[in-house]
This record gives sequence, C-alpha cells and structure tokens, in this order.
Amino acid sequence: MTEEMIIAGFGGQGVLSMGKILAYSGIMEDKEVTWFPSYGPEMRGGTANVTVIVSDTRISSPVLQEYDTAIILNQQSMDKFEKAVKPGGVLLYDPNGIVNPPTRTDINIFKVEATKASVEMGNPKVFNMIVFGSYLKVRPILSLDNVEKGLAKSLPERYHKLIPLNLDAMQKGREIVEEVNVV
Amino acid sequence: MGEIKLMKGNEVLAEAAIRCGCDGYFGYPITPQSEVMETLMAREPWKETGMVVLQAESEVASINMVYGAAATGKKIMTSSSSPGISLMAEGISYLAGAELPCLLVNVQRGGPGLGTIQPSQADYFQAVKGGGHGDYKLIVLAPSSVQEMNDFVDLGFELAFKYRNPAMILADGAIGQMMEKVELADYKPRWTKEEVVEKNGGWATTGKPSSRKKNVITSLEMASNDMEVRNINLQAKYRKMEEEDVRYEAIQCDDAEFILVAFGTAARVCQKAVEVARAKGLKVGLLRPITLFPFPKTIIKELARKAVGFLSVEMSAGQMVEDIKLAVYDAGSNARVNYFGRMGGIIPTPTEVVEALEDKFSWELSYGVKRSY
Repeated sequence: MTEEMIIAGFGGQGVLSMGKILAYSGIMEDKEVTWFPSYGPEMRGGTANVTVIVSDTRISSPVLQEYDTAIILNQQSMDKFEKAVKPGGVLLYDPNGIVNPPTRTDINIFKVEATKASVEMGNPKVFNMIVFGSYLKVRPILSLDNVEKGLAKSLPERYHKLIPLNLDAMQKGREIVEEVNVV
Repeated sequence: MGEIKLMKGNEVLAEAAIRCGCDGYFGYPITPQSEVMETLMAREPWKETGMVVLQAESEVASINMVYGAAATGKKIMTSSSSPGISLMAEGISYLAGAELPCLLVNVQRGGPGLGTIQPSQADYFQAVKGGGHGDYKLIVLAPSSVQEMNDFVDLGFELAFKYRNPAMILADGAIGQMMEKVELADYKPRWTKEEVVEKNGGWATTGKPSSRKKNVITSLEMASNDMEVRNINLQAKYRKMEEEDVRYEAIQCDDAEFILVAFGTAARVCQKAVEVARAKGLKVGLLRPITLFPFPKTIIKELARKAVGFLSVEMSAGQMVEDIKLAVYDAGSNARVNYFGRMGGIIPTPTEVVEALEDKFSWELSYGVKRSY
C-alpha cells in the first residue's frame, strides 16, 4: 500500500498539522512516512500545502506530479491540484469559499462542509480534524486506534486534554462527508 | 531498536549531535536550516550532556570558533546554508590546512548570491572541489532521507577523527524541512578529558604535560619545502579516503542500460523515476553517491563497461556530471554521459527525469546500441 497525497489550503487552516497527525498515525501502524511542506515564498503568500506519503515500503520521491488523494481547502489549491489527481483517485474538498467546484468525471469527488460544522461545534480550530475524519472515512488506510495514538504523539502533552474534542470532530467529519462523484 | 520519531531533517541534526556526544555547536541562523540551532536551544543540552551551544555574531565568527574548539580534540560542529557557507570558506580552508576534525553542515538553498530559500544542490563544486583556497578536500556526505541526516552526524564525526579532516554533510532545503520516520541513536557519553587526551592528545591542544613537546595547531609553514611536505601528506590522506571510505547505493543497476546518477533529494526523485521508466520497459538503474568526496569512481567505471549511457540528475546547472565524465573517460568506455536538472530552488519531478532520459538518449533508445565515435 502506498498513499501519495497532497493537502492544500490557507495557512492557519491546520493543513500542515493535519499532515503531521496523519504521518504520525502511519508510524503507529509501522508504515514508512514522508511529510514534505511547501515552505518559503508560497507559505509567506498565505497558501500552504503539504505532501504526505504513507507506504508499506521505502518511500522514493517527496516531489510528485500526481496524487492518489488531494484534500483541497481553498480555490487557489483547487485550480492547482484538481488536475493533479490520478484517474480513479480521490478529491476531498470543503465547498466553503469554492467558486468553481471540481468538474472531473474520472475521479472520486467528496465534499465535507467542515467550516460550517466547526462553527456549529463552537470551535473553528477543529476544522482540520473534521476534514481529517472525513478523509479516513473515504480512504480508510489507517485504523482509528492508531490515529488516536498518532494524535497523542503529535500533540504536546499540555494539549492532551483536547484529544477527546479532536476525536469528536473526526467523528463529525465521518458523518457529514458527502459523495459528489464516484467512479 | 532506538526511539522512533517523526522529525524534520534539521531537527534530527540537532538531536543526533546531542546523542552522539558532540561537545560544541557554534552557528548563525539562516533559512532553510534555522531549526538546527532552534532545536538545540530548546533542548538545552548544556544541562543534559554539557554540550555548548552558542549563537555567534556571524558565520565568520562561528567557523573560527569551530577552529578554536576543534583544536582541543573535541567533537565540534556548525551548520549553515549556502551563502553562510561561502562566508565560512576561509575558515574551512584553515581547518583543512591545520587538519582539524569537525563536522560542517550545508543545508543548501538556491544561488548564486542570496538566491532563494528553496532547495538546491548547486554547492556541489564548492563542497567537493574546494570553496576555500588551496589544495584541500572535505569528506562530503550526501544524505537523502531524514534517517540519513541522523546517521551521518555520527558517521561524519567518525570519519573526521579517522582522518583529522573536516567532514561536511551536504544536504538541501528539502531534506532539512521534510519530516520522516527516524530511528534515533542511543546516547553516547561525551568523551571525558582523559578520553580526549588518549584519542587526540598526540596532536590536540589538550594541556601540555612536562612529558611531551607542545602541540601546535597551524596551517602555516613559512618554508616552501615544509609546506610542500604538508601538501604531499594531505594528498596521501585524500587518496586513503578514496581507497577506504567510498560509499554509494546502487539500485537496480545490475541489468541497467541507462544509469541515473543522483544524490540527496534528486536521488529520491530518481528512485521514483526508475520505477516509472521500468514500467515503460526501459532498463534504468540508479547510482546514488553517498560520499561525494571521495567520489564513487570505481563503481561508475564498472557500470560504464556495460551501460549505454549515464544521466546525471542534479538540482544545479550540472556539476557532478563532470566527475561522472572523468570516471567514464578513465574506464575507456564510450557510454554517453548527459545531464538533466532544474535550478533556482526547483526540484525536478520523476516524470521530467524520465522524459529527459528519453529525449537525451533518443538515438540509443531507437537503436539499442552504444553510440560509437
């Protein structure tokens, strides 16, 4: 199993930390992992993206042209990465702020209203965990047990009291993710 | 098994330094390697192992602090990125001239000048051919994963002390910023004062007992004859490195007609390019030099006997390609050597590499034979 994915959105949406939790969860499941962020001018311009690769075998290139999965959280990233999903791959997006929704018919498209749900939960900070939960529903590549362990590993101990809240948010994501196009 | 963590390459450099018993780090911040000192400062190793961590006022100061501290026979390191290493060039030449073991790290960014903070490999020449003045060589290690960032700290010190020579880890911004699973080494205690004297007392300034003459650390010889002897000895040392400490990894080279040669991040990209090319039916392998000096000439010569062509894939305008050409020429082979790369902080993609291979070797690919001249 190799999952090559990109998570892309605005800085502050928790893109990098979602990737980190995913990577740590992969380690808990004894997988090889690579987390490669955009840094530098892109980051300073407000958009953030991270390539995460989880694999049973040694990981080669951290730089990819196409992805098994793209999690897209703003329009700029949609413009850039919709076309980079492998045919038959997965595109998961939050429609908030998306003016031009994805149009490809050869990939699996899912949407999750995570911005809205995070406001309803009274905590916009759990936005990324809602998205993460819906991702794991769509692509169950890791066991929830290991994700919980990965979460504990990637959060400093002083934030461990927030783990239940994060797990609730992931559960919310699992519940509200919708199919848009399935091939 | 050691402790498993998810860490950035830069963070791992700091952690590995503490764990391998490093005595002192002197540095000055620069993107994309600032996390090295940030991590050291956060870890406060002076409380744990007694390791000194100091932010100097500039790269020039930090490399000269390295010179002074390394003269005492202890494990000393610094790290920087391309423009910072240029500033250190004079000091590095002095370290090599005075035969002081130390560990230097260059987490390369795009140049020339201030360039960009994105990853690059354009300091290959600077690292393996000199950079500073005079006939000197560094032992140059090129990590291509976060795990190797960890492993090469200890290895770098080991080689530096084996040869009394500065060793350099030549990484790039991608390896520095990337997080991967890493198995950390167990703690080695710092050398005690007695151990330093026992290991390096023959040359280092460990405090002069009445039983021996004073040890002098210098790169200066006023008499040309003496200076030539010094140079001859240095060259003998470099030849010994070439005999004993070449390291490389060959991936699917056994039946390969075309060999990609790449190090660091470019080698990771090429590993994928090999998969892509093999899926297309092309017999492609990857040779990954791990030591850039000493350069793995012998294996290239062996491969050149049967390979149709070599493609040097670099994040530069083509520097290592010259060393490959020399090795292929030495082998008397008519294998063709080409270069493909991106510059200015851009990392080539695996698809680009395969396309470049097909383009540059289109003649060989259509006829399936070596081109004869």
